[in-house]
Amino acid sequence: MTDSVLNARADARARGGQTSEWMPYLPASSSPYRPLGVEALTWAETVAPGGYTHKVLARGTRIRFDDPTGDACAHVIVYNALETVERLNVADTVKIPWQAYLGAGHPLLSGDGRVLATIVEDTSGHHDAFCGTTTEAWNQRKYGDARPEGPSPAGRSLFVKAAAKHGLAPRDLPPSVSFFQGIRVDADGAFEWRGSAGEGTSVELLAELPLLILVANVPHPLDPRPDYVAGPLRVHAWRSAPTGPDDDRFQATPEAHRAYLNTIDYAEARGL
Amino acid sequence: MTSTMSLDWSEPLVPGEVVLDDRVAPNASWSAVVRAGHVLTIVDVGGNQSGDCLLYNAADTEERYSVPDTLAWQGNAYVRTDTVLRSNLGNPLMTVVGNEIDRQDTIGGACSKESNTLRYGHHVMFHHGCRENFLSEGAKHGLGLRDLVSNLNWFMNVPVEADGALGIVDGMSAPGKRVAVRADTDVLVLVSNCPQMNNPCNDFNPTPLRMIVVSP
Repeated sequence: MTDSVLNARADARARGGQTSEWMPYLPASSSPYRPLGVEALTWAETVAPGGYTHKVLARGTRIRFDDPTGDACAHVIVYNALETVERLNVADTVKIPWQAYLGAGHPLLSGDGRVLATIVEDTSGHHDAFCGTTTEAWNQRKYGDARPEGPSPAGRSLFVKAAAKHGLAPRDLPPSVSFFQGIRVDADGAFEWRGSAGEGTSVELLAELPLLILVANVPHPLDPRPDYVAGPLRVHAWRSAPTGPDDDRFQATPEAHRAYLNTIDYAEARGL
Repeated sequence: MTSTMSLDWSEPLVPGEVVLDDRVAPNASWSAVVRAGHVLTIVDVGGNQSGDCLLYNAADTEERYSVPDTLAWQGNAYVRTDTVLRSNLGNPLMTVVGNEIDRQDTIGGACSKESNTLRYGHHVMFHHGCRENFLSEGAKHGLGLRDLVSNLNWFMNVPVEADGALGIVDGMSAPGKRVAVRADTDVLVLVSNCPQMNNPCNDFNPTPLRMIVVSP
């Protein structure tokens, strides 16, 4: 009965306290999927297949993505939350480490010579920094439907909405990277599909600056399956420490060393 | 300094009525709107001179060149003849209709004062960079840092090796080599004539570019 305000309120309140397969968990530490050994979580969520999420995170936050079914694909853009004009630069992210394939130890660099986040753990190894995410034109052609509210939304459509919730416009969306569905480049430049490493893999990022992170969980553009196949993506985050001189990766390469120096210089100057 | 003897100013790669013919000095930036159907020839006048390039839909610059869309649609990491240079909406902005080197780059990005500190050290922070050129040239069109995305690098050579190793190596171009791109809609083209002095993208010797637009 919803024929009066009182009845409508009772009807609405009766809907509370339920669970669904894809939802945020509050408080975060109550997550049924809390990573082993982690006590206090600051973010816990299962992102629906074809869904998205976004969060502002403190410097030093550790972010873990889990792909429980092997069908997640986490498309990610990161920004300096204090100055969102500083954002993921995929070209610098592959050029400066002299490595196109993302994996543990790889920095996600901004265009400002700093590390926004570091990939600190990776049990998948199947990722991509070439193809970005899907557009409505792509999904319309591939699936016959690209409506943001429909059954096969494009990654870009989801990024547009996630960005808007932080006051950002489509012009603020740079190329993204994706985790859990991989490609390789052959000698002629052609992309070879590697797909998933299987169910149960994870990737962990470390926020080296205050971070705005946008995540779209949609099929990779080159996924050869004709259907819109996507699995749930679990996200957990907790407080940790940014990379510093005591970490092996701090001086692992001269490029990384100077990138961390630049990042710490910025943080110190801002009093972070 | 390169002697004038080693410069080849060449001519349009596609015949037609010349509507614009500009020379871009070493280290400088350039921009123009290329009308739909017109063809822009870029001449590597001195050889192995990277021309960093960004494209925007001239009618709505929120639609701009997208490296990942260009690469995903063609299924290949390199730019060659017939590559369709796509926007962030997946639409064609320009198409490569002529190309005189094996492959063109679009994964190496642009140099900047900031990234130079990572690649070479803080002692080169004072050097000029392509991002500086994009900012000053883009400002003429109301574009700013938010509008800078991953770019094309005409005449630059960035191979991806089997293990994912990637980097800027010696170029495959020579004086007078050209690339020609046809505008599929009215396109604002920004070019930075790369000033980089710390890697082989300009043969350690920045030289001019010639930009010729023809109406075929």
